[in-house]
Amino acid sequence: MDEHCVEAVELLYHYLDGELTDERRVLIQHHLDDCPPCFEAYDFEAELRVVVRQKCVDHVPESLIMRVKAALIEVEQTLE
Amino acid sequence: MEYMPSLYTAALRMTRNPADAEDLVQETYLKAYRAFAGFTEGTNLKAWLYRILTNTYINTYRAKKRRPEESDIDDLENFYLYRRLGGLEGSTAGRSAEDEVLDHFTETEVKEALEALPEQFRMAVLLGDVEGFSYKEIAEILDVPIGTVMSRLHRGRRALQKRLYEFGRQRGLVSEREGTHG
Repeated sequence: MDEHCVEAVELLYHYLDGELTDERRVLIQHHLDDCPPCFEAYDFEAELRVVVRQKCVDHVPESLIMRVKAALIEVEQTLE
Repeated sequence: MEYMPSLYTAALRMTRNPADAEDLVQETYLKAYRAFAGFTEGTNLKAWLYRILTNTYINTYRAKKRRPEESDIDDLENFYLYRRLGGLEGSTAGRSAEDEVLDHFTETEVKEALEALPEQFRMAVLLGDVEGFSYKEIAEILDVPIGTVMSRLHRGRRALQKRLYEFGRQRGLVSEREGTHG
């Protein structure tokens, strides 16, 4: 771990969230190109995020869709 | 109704209860319908719907429960899970054993890990990582400063990793390591 690794660990989320200035983003990008351990660690975090997103999906019950549609129609009729 | 699936998923994570989640989604649509005149063309419709969802949740469903939990979670280090899986030391090229552990977490475990987070952190992680909103959008949805969003999101992610690590250990997916790195 050198000072660039320390910075990369610190800025992990800002980088993955696309919330760094261009200048800092490029610096981290260069470090990741040169430092396999940091690259692997970042890659793991990016993959974890994909896993969280993919596994947090729920099937919408058909009954809910019907219910909401019916409720909206009712509101529409009272407004007329 | 194109946003119904993601609104329903968010409602489930917020209320942690299917019956309340359905009511919350219905109420959100009704409020959005009535308030649609106030929606400015060109602004983000999805973020606007989430703001209504979040406010409705906070004002209605949360009020049913005891006082909202105070936002206290352990302050953990970055790469919490990765370090405990043995990463950051002696990394190898290619898809690593650490990455493969991720495939073994079930949907239920990931959802439970998220639902176990204290509310403020759960909302931030849900909006950021499940729904993909930017810091600025989350700040608008939750009506808090961007600095607060970052703090909740980053701390919430690390706490989520801790919970996943605990699930992994319970299931024997990861072995308990002697000491941890850093």
